[in-house]
Amino acid sequence: MTTESIITAATRRRRSASVNGALISLILPVVILVAWWFASANSVSPFFPPLQRILQTFVDAWLSTRVASDILPSLARLVIGFAIAVVAGVGLGALLGRLRIIAVALNPILQFFRALPATALIPVAVVLFGIGDVPKIALIAFVSSFPILLNTIDGVRNIDPVIEDVGRSFRLTKLQRLHWIQLHAASPQVISGMRVALSLAFVVMVSSEMLGATNGMGYVTLLAQQGFQIPLMWSGLLLLGLLGLFVNGIFVLVERKLLRWYTQNQED
Amino acid sequence: MLTVENLQKTYTSGGKSLEVLRDVSFTVKEGEFVTVVGPSGAGKTTLLRCMAGLLPPTAGTVTLTNSGKVVTSPPKEIACVFQDYSRSLMPWYKVSRNVGLPLDNIIKDKNERRQAVEQALQSVGLDGFGDSYPWQLSGGMQQRVAIARALAYRPEFLIMDEPFASVDAQTRADLEDLILRVRQTAGVTVVLVTHDIDEAVYLADRVVVVSSRPTVVMDVIDVDLPRPRSQVTTKGMPRFGELRTQVATLIMRASAEAAAAQGQTQL
Repeated sequence: MTTESIITAATRRRRSASVNGALISLILPVVILVAWWFASANSVSPFFPPLQRILQTFVDAWLSTRVASDILPSLARLVIGFAIAVVAGVGLGALLGRLRIIAVALNPILQFFRALPATALIPVAVVLFGIGDVPKIALIAFVSSFPILLNTIDGVRNIDPVIEDVGRSFRLTKLQRLHWIQLHAASPQVISGMRVALSLAFVVMVSSEMLGATNGMGYVTLLAQQGFQIPLMWSGLLLLGLLGLFVNGIFVLVERKLLRWYTQNQED
Repeated sequence: MLTVENLQKTYTSGGKSLEVLRDVSFTVKEGEFVTVVGPSGAGKTTLLRCMAGLLPPTAGTVTLTNSGKVVTSPPKEIACVFQDYSRSLMPWYKVSRNVGLPLDNIIKDKNERRQAVEQALQSVGLDGFGDSYPWQLSGGMQQRVAIARALAYRPEFLIMDEPFASVDAQTRADLEDLILRVRQTAGVTVVLVTHDIDEAVYLADRVVVVSSRPTVVMDVIDVDLPRPRSQVTTKGMPRFGELRTQVATLIMRASAEAAAAQGQTQL
């Protein structure tokens, strides 16, 4: 009973701390928005329109037909590309993590592709796959698979030999050991690779739409700049920032759930 | 019966070789409780890993005498409890899954499997904890989960590598008595490695005393203390004191010889 009350007290303290933290972290964005609102209220500069107009454009331009024509196609490409990267990166990484020699042999190539700036590959993707969804999805998948792949190789390679002994001594099959032990044990590293990959995927999503695209958030934002629709351009940035936060937030929630055993272990 | 015969293990890496086991032979009879005790730094874990089929010896054999099977990979007759519960349990699975995992290949029926898990947890006094995660339990409880996992596997031999080394003294005594109790009911043969002389004598039918590296068997001592053992009565017996002195003398000699040998190589 005492332990229980200690736990609840600790949880309560942690929960109220996180509420406080959320409030504190909201102060600055609110201050900036308010300052921006009043500072730009009477602005006549074509480059810095009043925030009110940007928000108005945001609602009119983005939250209507563009949801279906631009926002959802962009996000679909992001999700599909990222999903391919996860499957390919984890699958190949688990394999290479076991085959040390091949991983060592492949390392320079992997490092080369990882170091290559993602945006430099956009023209290549257009040449190879033309315009449309395929080159963008392929590029998102390709670029974001590297952090996942490299982290998975590392994670699988650094599994505690004791837990491997457990799997072997209870005569689990190779596949069972991979599924029940190795992938779980490597998951903290795999997931941190996925986090890096997700922000890369987001960058590639936007930038690939700025070249050889006919729709998407990046496309509209660039078009707005070229067509001198400055409020639309600013509202596009606002949208991308908010969506980035949202996608990252979902990822953090999933991460917390998947790695509860790990973070709890670390705290002890 | 389990026979360890002229077991040798030398690790070689980068042109250097380290002789860990020089010549280890002993037998474990059916239903027996054998403890292996030696100074710290003796190749006890290496010995157990060879016995469990997790590590190929350089020379010598481990044989399951009933079937005549020579151990070259982990046999189904042997289950292990490892030293550090925080590394041998899977924190990503609940307790019941940890215990039931090895049974997936043995018991096909799901209900039967669940019953086996519950029974194993009950036998170590953890009924009702199946839905907890290992990291929600105390150290002693976690090691009991590891013991339950090994018992649920229904092995003929239970091999334990310093299983109580990372818990406090009171918990240690409780776990010692627990293992004496369950091996009675489960009818399992136990080989337990420890560096604690009291523990070795208290638990065993026979104590195998091994030397420092390179390890040889110094002596095998029969423990003629009555069963059931008790932390208070057994440890208060004059015979217990004699036996522990006998083992301690051997181990002190082993340590002294090791130190002398080391001094010689340094000169």
